[in-house]
Amino acid sequence: MPDMQTAHSPMIRLHDLQVEFRVPGKRVQAVNGVNLEVGPGEVVALIGESGSGKSVTLRALMRLHPERTTHYAGTLEVAGRDVLKMGKRELAQLRGSSVAMIFQEPLLALDPVYTLGQQITEAIRQHAPVSRAEARARALRLFEKVRIPSPERRLDAYPHEMSGGMRQRAMIALALACEPQVLLADEPTTALDATVQIQILLLLRELQRELGLSIVFVTHDIGAAAEIADRMAVMYAGRIIEQGPAAELLTRPRHPYTRALLKSRSEGAMQKGRRLDTIQGAPPDLSRLPAGCAFAERCAFAAETCLGGQPEETRVGPEHSVRCWRLDELPAQGGPVQRAEPVNG
Amino acid sequence: MTAATFTDTRGRTPVVRSRGHGANVLRRLLRNPVAMIAATIILLLVLMAIFAPWLMPADPYATSMLKRLKPIGTEGLPLGSDELGRDLLSRLMLGGRLSLFMGIAPVVMAFIIGGGIGILAGYAGGWLNTAIMRCIDVLYAFPSVLLAIALSGALGAGITNALVSLTVVFIPQIARIAESVTTQVRRSDYVDAARASGASSLLIIRKHVLGNVIGPIFVYATSLISVSMILASGLSFLGLGVKPPQPEWGLMLNTLRTAIYTQPWVAALPGLMIFITSVSFNMLADGLRSAMEVKQ
Repeated sequence: MPDMQTAHSPMIRLHDLQVEFRVPGKRVQAVNGVNLEVGPGEVVALIGESGSGKSVTLRALMRLHPERTTHYAGTLEVAGRDVLKMGKRELAQLRGSSVAMIFQEPLLALDPVYTLGQQITEAIRQHAPVSRAEARARALRLFEKVRIPSPERRLDAYPHEMSGGMRQRAMIALALACEPQVLLADEPTTALDATVQIQILLLLRELQRELGLSIVFVTHDIGAAAEIADRMAVMYAGRIIEQGPAAELLTRPRHPYTRALLKSRSEGAMQKGRRLDTIQGAPPDLSRLPAGCAFAERCAFAAETCLGGQPEETRVGPEHSVRCWRLDELPAQGGPVQRAEPVNG
Repeated sequence: MTAATFTDTRGRTPVVRSRGHGANVLRRLLRNPVAMIAATIILLLVLMAIFAPWLMPADPYATSMLKRLKPIGTEGLPLGSDELGRDLLSRLMLGGRLSLFMGIAPVVMAFIIGGGIGILAGYAGGWLNTAIMRCIDVLYAFPSVLLAIALSGALGAGITNALVSLTVVFIPQIARIAESVTTQVRRSDYVDAARASGASSLLIIRKHVLGNVIGPIFVYATSLISVSMILASGLSFLGLGVKPPQPEWGLMLNTLRTAIYTQPWVAALPGLMIFITSVSFNMLADGLRSAMEVKQ
């Protein structure tokens, strides 16, 4: 796909990435051939339901999975370097200073026995040979940057002493401590309430522009993804089944799963008494994946051809690609997909 | 993304305030009246034991056939006398030394050894964890009283042997707590987050694991002090620990039991001392536990 390359070389390049967890008697194929490129300064949202492999993909970018039980295959490059070939030292160098991560629940991701200042100072001093005072001065500026009120005082606060929104801001400050180029966000707004969510999203967007960060944003909240992402990738059963520019994907989804996902949101013109559309069934067992399209058994458009093998990635726009066997036979896009299902009145 | 974004533009150095986790725990502990009463009692007992030779009103080894088993409040014998006519107050004061020592020393040693084993097993995980913990389970399977008696019996009577056997009794208990807390911490998001920021295993163990694990182990160990005292008294009672005529509360309880019908109040005094001390240590451990509960 030469025309999908951006002018610069990508910050993240995944080609046919596979992540498999091997526990005695079981092999869980959490990620099964993900192709994804994230350019410098680009925000990509990975969307999918629980168990679709989005968080596994994200953690694989830093090789955070337990080394003993995890098996990687394919290409995994960050900033042009092969992460899968890195030694311990290189990996430690990569983590934090090139790639940083913010977690879903900041209360759990911040150490309860140290103040926020101590934790940020520690992170800074891990990668930069600076004095304690200098590290603290940097931590203070980070707190100002993420707009924590009275930052001087908050540096001496423990995680439990702050509100959820402030904690997530502190978490972002911690992630930015070593000036990374790539920020990985694992559902950073899921644990927050709605008004705080939007503040955090706006802050992330602003920091991203100011610092030129590449962000991979994992979420199951399409609304949050729409708010922040340049591009979106929809994952199902460890594969990206559709990816494209955010606006295009939201207005002209092609894959039946993406369409169903967009329809199952409660936002928009929900009328009283109207049933929320849902996708019947559950995602497949990742230790026993079907040979064909993994979504086939829940798909309204599934046919015999779908069960045969894996659909190839098909280009439907300049940067828009879909994996579906029956792409050409699906109802025309534009109008919402109708399913033959009675509407309860 | 430039370094300039982070350079100090105002040139000020913020004041580094040191308000550690330990200081916070101490502050909360100081506000807990029950824990403070317990701590005061323990402090008084320790001071009494340390300064016993100077505070004792009489010679704790001087026997007198005439003054045998006097009741509490007798002239010159404020807490009565034992079966050999020795001043009970003096013996209780001096006996506190050995009793407190036998309560605290095995726990401290088990804290270091058992804590180390448990943290190692918990952080390593996998087969090493299984290997270590199954060995620990073998020791843990014995009732602690039985194990202490068996070990002391095998090693022979004496303070050192009693100390060793009590330490062995407590190692598996502390190791198990340490292992479970460490496993919990190892799987926590903040350890993941530390790894994601490039921290080495050594740094994670030193800061995040130790910082979060020491507290709960310490609390548990504190509550073991009373158990240790009672077990040590039990060993002395059976003649496996301290030897007469050295005063020690458990041993005194043993020898005075013959006087339970003639002077029940005097005979109960060493037991009362053990009771007060162990309750105080338990209260203190309780207070420590709640003071350390930072997480809501």
